Amino acid sequence: MSVSPELSSLVVPILQRHARRPDRLVQILREVQEILGCITDETAGHLAECLGMSYAQVLSTRDFYAFFYRENRGRYRILFSDNITDRMLGNRALFEHMQKRLRVEPGKVSADGLVSIDFTSCTGMCDQGPAILVNNRTITRLTPQRVDAICDLIQRGVPLAQWPEEFFIVEDNIRRADLLLGTPCEPGKAIRAAVARGRDGMLGEMKLSNLRGRGGAGFTTAVKWEACRNAPGEPRYIVCNADEGEPGTFKDRVLLQSYAGRVFEGMVIAAYTVGASHGFLYLRGEYLYLLQPLETYLAGMRAAGLLGRNIAGVAGFDFDIEIHLGAGAYVCGEETALIESLEGKAGKPRVRPPFPVVAGYMGKPTVVNNVETLCKVTEVAMHGGAWYEAIGTKQSTGTKILSVSGDCERPGLYEYAFGVRIAQVLEDCGASEAIAVQVSGASGVCLSEREFGRRIAFEDVPTAGSFMIFGRQRDMFEVARNFAHFFAHESCGFCTPCRVGTTLLKNIMDKIAAGRGTQYEMNELLRLQQVLKPGSHCGLGQTAGNAVADTVQKFRPAYERRLAETDFVPAFDLDAALARARALSGREDTDAHLGEEA
Amino acid sequence: MSEANNANTFSIDGQRIAFEPGQTILQAALAAGVYIPHLCHHPDLKPHGSCKLCTVVVNGRNGSACTQKAMPGLEVENNSPALNDRRRVLLQMLFVEGNHFCPGCEKSGNCQLQALAYDLEMLTPHFRHAFPVRQVDTSHPDVWLDRNRCVMCELCVRASRDLDGKNVFMLAGRGADSKIVVNSPSGLLGDSELAPDDRAAQVCPVGAILPKRVGYAVPIGQRQFDAQPISRQVDYLAGRHLADAETEVR
Repeated sequence: MSVSPELSSLVVPILQRHARRPDRLVQILREVQEILGCITDETAGHLAECLGMSYAQVLSTRDFYAFFYRENRGRYRILFSDNITDRMLGNRALFEHMQKRLRVEPGKVSADGLVSIDFTSCTGMCDQGPAILVNNRTITRLTPQRVDAICDLIQRGVPLAQWPEEFFIVEDNIRRADLLLGTPCEPGKAIRAAVARGRDGMLGEMKLSNLRGRGGAGFTTAVKWEACRNAPGEPRYIVCNADEGEPGTFKDRVLLQSYAGRVFEGMVIAAYTVGASHGFLYLRGEYLYLLQPLETYLAGMRAAGLLGRNIAGVAGFDFDIEIHLGAGAYVCGEETALIESLEGKAGKPRVRPPFPVVAGYMGKPTVVNNVETLCKVTEVAMHGGAWYEAIGTKQSTGTKILSVSGDCERPGLYEYAFGVRIAQVLEDCGASEAIAVQVSGASGVCLSEREFGRRIAFEDVPTAGSFMIFGRQRDMFEVARNFAHFFAHESCGFCTPCRVGTTLLKNIMDKIAAGRGTQYEMNELLRLQQVLKPGSHCGLGQTAGNAVADTVQKFRPAYERRLAETDFVPAFDLDAALARARALSGREDTDAHLGEEA
Repeated sequence: MSEANNANTFSIDGQRIAFEPGQTILQAALAAGVYIPHLCHHPDLKPHGSCKLCTVVVNGRNGSACTQKAMPGLEVENNSPALNDRRRVLLQMLFVEGNHFCPGCEKSGNCQLQALAYDLEMLTPHFRHAFPVRQVDTSHPDVWLDRNRCVMCELCVRASRDLDGKNVFMLAGRGADSKIVVNSPSGLLGDSELAPDDRAAQVCPVGAILPKRVGYAVPIGQRQFDAQPISRQVDYLAGRHLADAETEVR
C-alpha cells in the first residue's frame, strides 16, 4: 500500500518509541490518532506493514475501541458523558443546546469539518457532572454558560491548550475520610516496611489481613499473589486495573489524582512479594488528563530509588511501571480483556482457566489488582495483617471507599469501615428523599427503601464502589433503560447471549418507553435475563440484565404505567417506518403522517 | 464400579463417560458417542467457547462443555429441559441477529444452525428480526462470503490462522456491530490469499462461506442432516466419518 510521505514521517517517532512491537498496537493507535485525528484505512494499512502484522488485525483492534475513529471526526471531538447521573444533571438539554449552536447533527461532523458531538459511556465525573470529553480531555460542571463559552472557543478555532484552565478542573470531593483518605503517608515508607518484613513475611501479613479485591469480585488478594508467586514462568507481571468504567464510580480517579504514591507503592510491594519485574497501570482513556501527572510521579519515584534497579536498597529487586491507556471499552475492566488490550488486541475476555496468575500478560504469571486494593496493600505493609483484619467485618476487612452521586446534597467520596448501612451513607451525604440506590454500578444491585438497612460488605451488599442515589422525582424505568443501552453499547460481541441479548433487552426497553409494551414484554425481559445471567462468557453479560430485573421487581409501577392495555402490540410502527421517506421527500406536513386511526 | 475405574471417568446425565487427561467435556462426550449441542466447536481446532450452545451444568455451575476440562467425578447435566430451553433461545438469537432464509440457501440440509434448530424444535424466531444490512463479497473467483448468514463463531478465523497459516479472516467491530473482515488491501476476498481448498473456505458451519458454481448438486433430502437429526450424528461431529473414509480408501 502506498502512503503519503507525511504520514510515514509522522508515525515513525511513535513506532520507534514502541520499538515497532505489534503488542503495543492500542498505544500506537492512540498516539497516532492524537496527531492525525483518526485512523483511516490507509493509516491502518501503513501501520500493519510497519508492525509486521496483518491489515485485518489492525482493523480488528481499531474498530473495537469506541475512541478510535476510522474517519475524520473534526478538529474538536466532543463526547457527552451519558451516565444516568449526567442525565439527571441535565446533559441532554445541554447537548441539544450545543448541537443547535454549532449546527451539527448528533454523531456527525459539521459541514466545515470543525466539530462533532456525540455521547459516550460514563466518564467518571458523576459528582461534578454533567461532563464532556473534548479530544479526550475532561471538562466538568457543564452549564449553559459554559456550553456557550465552549461553542465560542470552537467557532473561533482556539486550540484546546488555550481554553480556560478552570474548565478542566477535576475536584476530589472527599467528604468522609477514614484510614486511607485521611492518613498522609510519607513516600517510600510502605515499601520499606514491606522490605523489612521480607517476601514471606509480607505474604504472611497479606494472608492475615484477609484483604479482598476492591474491583467487585472480592477475591482474596493474598491467594492471588501466592498463586502467581508459585506459578512457573518468568518474568512475572503486576497490573494495576485503573479501567474504572463502571457507571457511577470515580474513587480510583481520586486515588490516582491525589494518592498516586499509595497506588504505585502497592504495586512495588506486590512485585516484591511475588517476584515480578514489570508493572503496568492500565488507565482508562477517559482519564487521559491524569497521564502526565502520573508519569511525573513515576519519574520522581525512580529518582528516589523507589522504582528501577535495587529498589529500596534491596540488591536484585528490579521493578518498573509503565502506563498504558485504554480507548473507550468498559469490558476492559474484566482482567483478561484488560490483558488482551495490553497486548494490543481487541479487549475480549479470555476463556478461564487458565487464570492470569498462571498465564496472564504474554502468557506469563500476572497479578491484576484494582487501584484501591493496591492502596490497601500499603496499609497492610505498614501496620500488619492483624491490625488490618480488626477493621470492618469478619468477611470484609478494612475500609471501603464509596463514590456517591445522584440525588444528594454532598456527592463525592465517602470512606467507611466495611459494614456501614446504606441508610447511614444516605444520611451522611444528605439524601433525605431517596427511593432507590444503585450499588456497584449498572452491573450491581438496585436497592429500594425497604433495603436501606442492609450493609456494605461482601457478605451482604458487595460493591466495587459506585453508589448512585435516586430521589422521589426519578423514574426508575428510565434508570434501567439507561443501563440497558449502556450494556448493549459495551458488549464485546464474543458470546451469543451477551452480543444479541443486550441488544434485545435494549430494544424491549425502548418499545416499552414508546408506549408499545405490554405484559408480554415484561415477561420477555425476565426471560432474557434467565439466558444472559447463567449463559454469558464474562461478568458483563452475566450482570447486564440485573438492573432491569431488579427494577421490574421493585419498581413495577414505573413499568406498568407505560404498558398498553392489550395483550400485544407489534414493535413495528408504520408511521415511524415512513420517516425515511418523509426525510427524502422533505415533507413533515400532516398528510405525510398516518393519523391515530390508521 | 471400583475406584480404579472411576479414576478417569465422569458422568453426563448419569451416564458414565471415560476420558483421556486433557480432553474437554465436549471432546470426551463426542468420543463416547454422547451428543452435546454445539456450533463453534470443531474437532481440528482449539476450543473457543463463544456460541454458548454447549453450556452444561457442571457440579451445579454453568460452564461451556467445549472449554471446560473433563475431571474425574464431575457430574454434568446436559440433556435437560431447562438447558434445552436456553439453547433454543440462543438459536433464536442467532437467527434474528442475521438474515437467514433457509429455503434459498445452498447450505440448507448441511447447515448446523438449521440442524440444531430442527433438533431443538425451534418453531419460530420469537424475537424481532434485526434485519441488519451486511455486505456480500463475491470478488473471489471460487468462494463467496455472505455476511448475512454469519454467526460470529470465528471458525474461519481460526482455521485460516491455525490450519492454513494465513490469517485471511478476523472478527472486527464490537457487540452487535461485530463482523468478519478480510485481510487484503481492499478488504475483498478476491484480493486475499484464500484458496478454495483452504480449510477456512470449508469450515463454515452455516452458509456464510460457500464454494461458487455449486447449486444443489446434492438434492435437498439427501444432505447431511436430512437423513438423521444432528443429535444422532455424533460420529460426523467428532470428525470420525473422515477417519473412516480414509480407512476405506486405504
